[in-house]
Amino acid sequence: MFISIFGAVESGIIYAIMALGVYLSFRVLDFPDLTVDGSFVTGAGVAAISIINGVPPFIATVFALLAGCLAGSITGLLNTKGKINPLLSGILMMIALYSINLRIMGRPNLPLINESTIFTGLKPLFETTGINQALNSLVQLFGVERFPGSWAVLIIMVFVTLIIKVITDYFLKTEVGLALRATGDNERMIRSFSANTDSLKIIGLALSNGLVALSGGLVAQYGGFADVNMGIGMIVIGLASVIIGEAIFGTKTIMRTTLAVIGGAIAYRIVVTLALKVKFLETGDMKLITALLVIVALIAPKLIATSKEQQRRKRKKMALSKKAEEV
Amino acid sequence: MLNLSNISVTFNEDTPDEKKALQDINLSLNSGDFVTVIGSNGAGKSTLMNIVSGSLKPDIGIVEINGKKVSQLPEYKRSNFIGRVFQDPMAGTAPSMTIEENLAMAYARNKKRKLRIGVTKKRREMFREFLETLHLGLENRLNAKVGLLSGGERQALSLLMATFTEPNILLLDEHTAALDPSRAELITNLTGEVVEKFNLTTLMVTHNMQQALDLGNRLIMMDKGQIIFDVSGKEKQELTIEKLLHEFQRIRGKQMDNDRAVLG
Repeated sequence: MFISIFGAVESGIIYAIMALGVYLSFRVLDFPDLTVDGSFVTGAGVAAISIINGVPPFIATVFALLAGCLAGSITGLLNTKGKINPLLSGILMMIALYSINLRIMGRPNLPLINESTIFTGLKPLFETTGINQALNSLVQLFGVERFPGSWAVLIIMVFVTLIIKVITDYFLKTEVGLALRATGDNERMIRSFSANTDSLKIIGLALSNGLVALSGGLVAQYGGFADVNMGIGMIVIGLASVIIGEAIFGTKTIMRTTLAVIGGAIAYRIVVTLALKVKFLETGDMKLITALLVIVALIAPKLIATSKEQQRRKRKKMALSKKAEEV
Repeated sequence: MLNLSNISVTFNEDTPDEKKALQDINLSLNSGDFVTVIGSNGAGKSTLMNIVSGSLKPDIGIVEINGKKVSQLPEYKRSNFIGRVFQDPMAGTAPSMTIEENLAMAYARNKKRKLRIGVTKKRREMFREFLETLHLGLENRLNAKVGLLSGGERQALSLLMATFTEPNILLLDEHTAALDPSRAELITNLTGEVVEKFNLTTLMVTHNMQQALDLGNRLIMMDKGQIIFDVSGKEKQELTIEKLLHEFQRIRGKQMDNDRAVLG
């Protein structure tokens, strides 16, 4: 049990970077960007092929990020300069990327099992410094008997994801960031304050898809392969993370919301892992589970709010009738 | 300050819906002029505003601001030196962002937006001082989301945001029309105050004749895409609603459409 939850948190925190990207386009820019399904694979493919060709893993990961930025800015150009509807711009780019990704990768699947990745380079460090042993004995105190192979991925990714979160928070508070948020909130207004909303949308989509591709590049290195189909349904997983996170952790401030998105990505992985433990469900049911999760996360908060409101009214009525009786 | 020469705009040209929105308009505003624009629906008032702001380009004609030809500048570049308040109180602010964030965006109007924090301590103090001049208590709610404000509060904030960077031109597009009478009066008074304080060159469209008479030093009346009446100075001060209606009748030889022209 601990091992599978551990795995869920580990992959959740990698996918959280993708969820932050989806948050930027979907929530901040109010742009339902379906490019994600393609740009995630672009990131994975670029990282994989670079590593296979001897590029140092860190540089390969940066390449993945840049490739995603490029894909996102093309979606932005289609929408702003080509005046194509946001949904359609994303779909067009997603479908175009499928072929482009195949070209980048050369074949549909690139194994990385025998390559050194960002993670393989750092795993021995955790072994020799004794961090692994220390953490293992820590969880042992809570009655855990089987230990994960290495804590390296989790610790590194918590670190990386939090840095990205802090940078995102900062960016959204800068003058450019404020204008970007206003572009999603009231485009006409921010244009009347001399902001070029076209460029802002392109910048926003570039950043968003950059994060998505970065996540893709890391997932490929974590999973040990890049596959041309690994992006199918990625946008829904991103949305699930954003919506679940917002529902559980709230959206009061930007800092809280970005943290909620990360939390949502982890929560999503845990729920899916637990769901797949149910005998009746198979791996192929994952997409259905995802869709159901999103539906629940969208409907549940409204139902809870309604029932709370009803109870409040009931209490008020009771109090009133009690008063009437006393008189 | 603002110079419009030979501006013509036609919508749906060569179709049965053809509409000559502006016909050979010539208008010149001196620095510090406060011009109120009245006219019935379809007279071309809003088109005139859109031509100045750049959200619409004229078929022919030249727009000059401060001696600089701006006809080809897109709206977002022109808004470097044009402040604008819309009729809809929702249009001038970003609802899901806070009061101080909205002010920070307005503050960046005539500067290059950079990767530095928008709301600094120093700026927050400045915003607070500006908000105090509105007398609405907004200075104590810097972190409130603008969507929570009432229509009147939002419009007052929009007015402040449009003016406190002292733009060359201020455009007011029926900015009190969506408010109840007491709020409208408040905004009208505030408008007079800020325009005077910053000595802004202002163009205000209104359907409220009394407001057009009370504010500004010059009044123009439009009909069918043309300026048919233009008074300023002492002559404008002595103008009354009766005289205005009479003037319209004399020029056009018909009753003014009173559909939305509110009397008094």
